[in-house]
Amino acid sequence: MINYHIFDHTADLGVEVFAATLRELYAEASLALFDLLTDLSAVRETEERALAVGGEGPDDLFVNFLRELLYAWNGEGFLVKRCTIREVAPRRLTAILLGEPYDPACHRIKMEIKAVTYHQASVRRTEAGWVARVVFDV
Amino acid sequence: MSDVRFRRIDEWRWEIPPTGGMRVPGLLYTSEKLMKGMGADEGPRQVANVAHLPGIVNGSLAMPDMHWGYGFPIGGVAAFDLDEGIVSPGGVGYDINCGCRLITTRLCFADIRDRVPALVTALFQNIPSGVGSRGPLKLSQKEERQVLVEGAAWAVRRGYGTEADLEATEDGGAMAGADPEKVSDRALERGKDQLGTLGSGNHFLEIEIVEKIFDEAAAAAFNLETGQICILIHSGSRGFGFQVCDESLARMVKHAGETGIDLPDRQLACARLNSTSGRDYLAAMACAANYAWANRQMLMHRTRETFEKTLGMGPRELGMRLLYDVCHNIAKIETLPVEGKEVRLCVHRKGATRAFPPGHPDVPAAYRKAGQPVLIPGSMGTGSYVLAGTQGAFTETFGSTCHGAGRVMSRTQATKSCRGRSIPKEMAARGVIVMSSARGTLMEEIPEAYKDLDEVVEVVHRAGLSRKVAKLRTLGCIKG
Repeated sequence: MINYHIFDHTADLGVEVFAATLRELYAEASLALFDLLTDLSAVRETEERALAVGGEGPDDLFVNFLRELLYAWNGEGFLVKRCTIREVAPRRLTAILLGEPYDPACHRIKMEIKAVTYHQASVRRTEAGWVARVVFDV
Repeated sequence: MSDVRFRRIDEWRWEIPPTGGMRVPGLLYTSEKLMKGMGADEGPRQVANVAHLPGIVNGSLAMPDMHWGYGFPIGGVAAFDLDEGIVSPGGVGYDINCGCRLITTRLCFADIRDRVPALVTALFQNIPSGVGSRGPLKLSQKEERQVLVEGAAWAVRRGYGTEADLEATEDGGAMAGADPEKVSDRALERGKDQLGTLGSGNHFLEIEIVEKIFDEAAAAAFNLETGQICILIHSGSRGFGFQVCDESLARMVKHAGETGIDLPDRQLACARLNSTSGRDYLAAMACAANYAWANRQMLMHRTRETFEKTLGMGPRELGMRLLYDVCHNIAKIETLPVEGKEVRLCVHRKGATRAFPPGHPDVPAAYRKAGQPVLIPGSMGTGSYVLAGTQGAFTETFGSTCHGAGRVMSRTQATKSCRGRSIPKEMAARGVIVMSSARGTLMEEIPEAYKDLDEVVEVVHRAGLSRKVAKLRTLGCIKG
């Protein structure tokens, strides 16, 4: 069960992700993105990729992280099944992605996500844990 | 819920008076009926936000199909002074040069009455659509760079159309200033095999019939008559354009602090038009615009081939002719009247269509008396309008008008409202045959998820931003 929900946005798709720690927040966000794109149960962990992302601050880093993940899919045809965050600082993040190259015979693509927008993007700590918001252009 | 206050000016115009950091007022073209839903989302707030940007001229404008986007509203028009002003990738959108192309034929309904299902099936098979679909070509980097500079002319040179097609395309199908050196390897990689693909979401190809003519003279100039079969293509620059926008925006967000521009929303990130960053974006954006024109040119060619084969007719019998191709996501440097003087401005049209008036030199010679053809697609299966540009649009809205119906329902709301329904059956009951590569798309794109197209068009017609020429009804539709 991935801990996220979709909030209404007239033309696009807003997603809110919840987690107990910042590392988990990033890991959950990556799964939320790929859960929207495909049926994750059909994706296997056959390949490993390293990811390093920078940003001007936590919100910017979060958007850049998702931009890189989205490029892994729509630029390189790689579907992510699991994401392990190795290091996360306010301006830098490293992670290991596990997944497999897209195979039309095995994977169903549910929707097109064109881009990760900066509109209302935020990462914040609440009493209940970490919450991140982002709007995808679909 | 938006906190923005409105002041009604007349029957079709509402003003958002400047408050806080707004440099100019916001101006909404809408009707009492459409106003009722206004303010339910963040659209009006976004109109006000755009008014904060430096060098904005006259006002932050919104067309009647306006709705909440990200950064700029969809249906927004804003023009900027070349010295003081900015260019913003978010003011163009990810799908750079998303636009429409209307093709007329010599066919009438009787010629294809029983063949619509066969045509829709054949089009669906021959035209790659859906997420990540690949086109018929795999371009080398050298070829792709040629596409980025030459646009639709590249496709014509390769045999996918004729010179006449270029004359009937905005900017002749090639925007000046395109520089492939300003485009990343990632964008080139995404673009290499997507030329000639329709895409997904709200993109479509429809077989339509001219249902009603409103302006006989303009319709005659546009070669339109009641009962005639036409094809409308709605597509854009595919992954190439998304990547150009994404990377340009990220760069501008990164350097936002250095510009001294206070942004109410990071998605409005921008660069001064006279800066290297601003010029680089315009050069890369022009590449994407040209990619889109080449793409729609190839889609038209494939459509022509499919009609010929399915109907067993030759080109002469079919008489397919490009009426016009016009974009609705773009930033362009244009000469426009401001307070009686002609000025060069950078006009952002994000979900808005150019609507140049009769007599304007950029309108193809055959249409110069009528005004530029404006193509307004409706929601899935609801048909479309052909309008003509006016002097009113030229002097009041930087030569711009609406671009479509405009969403009112989010995609999740639309999908929820489809539970237990068969959308293809409902569409068939309305006389429309629909095929889509994704079932979800059909639910997200149901007609009630959009504003009433008739009302949207009525506003721009009555406000003098364009003239109604013809209404077309859908017979068949393929969606991504």
